[in-house]
Amino acid sequence: MPSVSLPMILAPFAVLALASAVAAVLNRRAGGRPDPTLLNLTQRINAWWVMVILLTGAFLIGKSAIILLFAFVSFAALREFVTLTYSSRSDHWVLLAMFGVILPFQYWLVWTEWYGLFTIFIPVYCFLLMPAVTALRGDTSRYLERVAQQQWAIMIAVYCISHVPFLLFLAVPGFEGRQTMLIVFLIVVVQGSDVLQYIFGKLFGRHRVFTPFAPLQAGLVALMICTLGFLGGLVASAIKRDQGVKDWGHLIEGHGGMLDRADSLVFAAPIFFHIVRYYWTV
Amino acid sequence: MAKEILVRFLRAVTSAGLAAFARVVTGVRPLWLGTTPSDRQRIYFANHASHGDFILLSACLPARERERTRAVAAADYWGKSRLRRFIAEDMLRSVLINRNFVERKEDPMAVMLGVLDQGDSLILFPEGTRNTTGMPIQPFKSGLYNLALARPDVELVPCYIENMSRVLPKGEFLPVPLLCRVVFGAPIAPGANEERHAFLSRARDTLAALDPRPGRR
Repeated sequence: MPSVSLPMILAPFAVLALASAVAAVLNRRAGGRPDPTLLNLTQRINAWWVMVILLTGAFLIGKSAIILLFAFVSFAALREFVTLTYSSRSDHWVLLAMFGVILPFQYWLVWTEWYGLFTIFIPVYCFLLMPAVTALRGDTSRYLERVAQQQWAIMIAVYCISHVPFLLFLAVPGFEGRQTMLIVFLIVVVQGSDVLQYIFGKLFGRHRVFTPFAPLQAGLVALMICTLGFLGGLVASAIKRDQGVKDWGHLIEGHGGMLDRADSLVFAAPIFFHIVRYYWTV
Repeated sequence: MAKEILVRFLRAVTSAGLAAFARVVTGVRPLWLGTTPSDRQRIYFANHASHGDFILLSACLPARERERTRAVAAADYWGKSRLRRFIAEDMLRSVLINRNFVERKEDPMAVMLGVLDQGDSLILFPEGTRNTTGMPIQPFKSGLYNLALARPDVELVPCYIENMSRVLPKGEFLPVPLLCRVVFGAPIAPGANEERHAFLSRARDTLAALDPRPGRR
């Protein structure tokens, strides 16, 4: 197991336990009838428990579990995205291939650490072959729209998210075996508030045990991740508004769908990956 | 006797397995807008585009209600081969009626009323066949109206099934995982002087109005 220190594992549980305790007190005060805000808060905290337990479990088990977990995130995100898009009956085989071939293959590439094909499989091969398959079916009505939506779906839900587990295989000198912390850093910065980023900078900037970044670097990288996360959220909202829906789906009670939680991660992951790879690996 | 037990066992496994499969693939979620789950005898009538429709609908019902709710299916399709008949009749407990009124020996109304008289609920697709026309819902056949007149105490519950036409279109074998919802609307009944055609088109409009994403292109 890549070393994650005990306090790092316990910290989110402590925060959540505190949150649950506060919610329990509020619920008791509200009597039998909590208002919708409180209900939503409780649901959100419960969903966070599930997410933190899943993530911690995967981090403790190791590489395969982390890859499987993010493959599942991709599956849920892709399902939500494709549900919103327009497709005709003749797209059935392309849609099947997106779920049944492209997604598993991309994560297999992560597992085998085949970096070269991992980066070009979707943007080169899939982006050329998917429209070709669609054209072969002969149905050309709203062709460009269908093709564009399929490609955007596979890009966001599979390609971008698959960069998160590939962080495990970046060879940062002096940081071998601890790449899990790159994922933790990314997720905490993306999901956390400014306070968390501040704490992170203070805590991990000083000792480079947890991340390979010096204090200023950690701050800059965190800022970049936040900016991208913000842009990801913006793009996701634009798509939802265009399609006339409020949430991506209903997977996580109180949060909406997987993409409602992961939209900021989607944009931050590949760029964080390439910045670390460019500046910190040999 | 042993065969009967085996069939019942297989039936229970199939029913639970299909419901679980539907939930995994489509994340299906019921929206009880106009009514709530209940023990009352009902006819659930829904839009029809896919073999998956009734699986999705029954997956949304509470286990006890699911057990006594049977889908009405076409005998001229499901009775064609021994395998199809086994799946439809023995595994899924479908109520098979023949749509071809020239060849048929059994009156569909008599078959459906017989099932209702046993206390079971029905799932009915009043369009009569899977919709591939591109229009939201096809015109309804008369069965719904006739059943409503014959058994006025049975509730008619409109159920809009979302997206299933894309998950498993007609002629395809493998489902694409897409999110689906089933919207349960308020029960309807024919008015005192409402004639057949008016009721059927009102029922169809009621069902269409349940579409959670109307006007999506």
